[in-house]
Amino acid sequence: MRAKNDVLQAIRRHGGEAYPEEGCGFLLGRMDDDGTQQVTRIQRAGNERAEDRERRFTLSPEAYRTAAAAADEHGLDVVGFYHSHPDHPARPSETDLAEAPFPGYAYVIVSVQDGRPADLTAWTLAPDRSQFHQAEVTSLSEAASSSEAASSS
Amino acid sequence: MPVTVRIPTPLRSYTDGQSTAEAEGDTVGTALDDLAEQYPDLREQLYGEDDQLRSFVNVYVGDEDIRHTGGADTPLDGDEEVSIVPAVAGGTWVRESGGRKRPCLVAAPAP
Repeated sequence: MRAKNDVLQAIRRHGGEAYPEEGCGFLLGRMDDDGTQQVTRIQRAGNERAEDRERRFTLSPEAYRTAAAAADEHGLDVVGFYHSHPDHPARPSETDLAEAPFPGYAYVIVSVQDGRPADLTAWTLAPDRSQFHQAEVTSLSEAASSSEAASSS
Repeated sequence: MPVTVRIPTPLRSYTDGQSTAEAEGDTVGTALDDLAEQYPDLREQLYGEDDQLRSFVNVYVGDEDIRHTGGADTPLDGDEEVSIVPAVAGGTWVRESGGRKRPCLVAAPAP
């Protein structure tokens, strides 16, 4: 996954602001021919879980459609998702694995320790959905525009 | 009659890179069956072993979620656009029987 530095900062910032709950949202950008995600913006979303919001998150199909429309306005696509792990490592859980949608998306996790953003990692789902593989996060050159789309929450 | 099906970005590798695909069907169910027949690898992503759409797969006809319009039996007249829309969930903990919660991490090193 390649991402602008301010995208990574925006994800960390959202994780910190959502603490002690999980913050979540969408990664907007383009997919390279080799499947690498280029992330140039994020779209924050509200955690739609009614309970256990400190340990679980849900992004509804309506939230996806809102993010896809925001991406479309900028000539981009939804290329992945992010969420925070409050006081927990930035590694995917069995819940993440069981409830992840399709392979090909980037799944970014930011650990937030005592309210402060810490490690940020990226993952891709194996084609047979059996496991996540960690993806290298590399820097994408900055563009002039802001990387954070208007919040939908 | 053919309908246009909008394909999410990561699934376009299964539809020859196309963002939309044409499918024949007079209901959402038959149109998706036709789509899956055209692109067998796509079927595995949309349907589970029980032959039902995976839980995170949502289908819209225009702006309507088919869960509110008759599900797979939702009729199509050929003018609509059908969209495959994922939902996403996850989190750090799973709940065991008895209400206890435990952290459960799972991941593999990069291939």
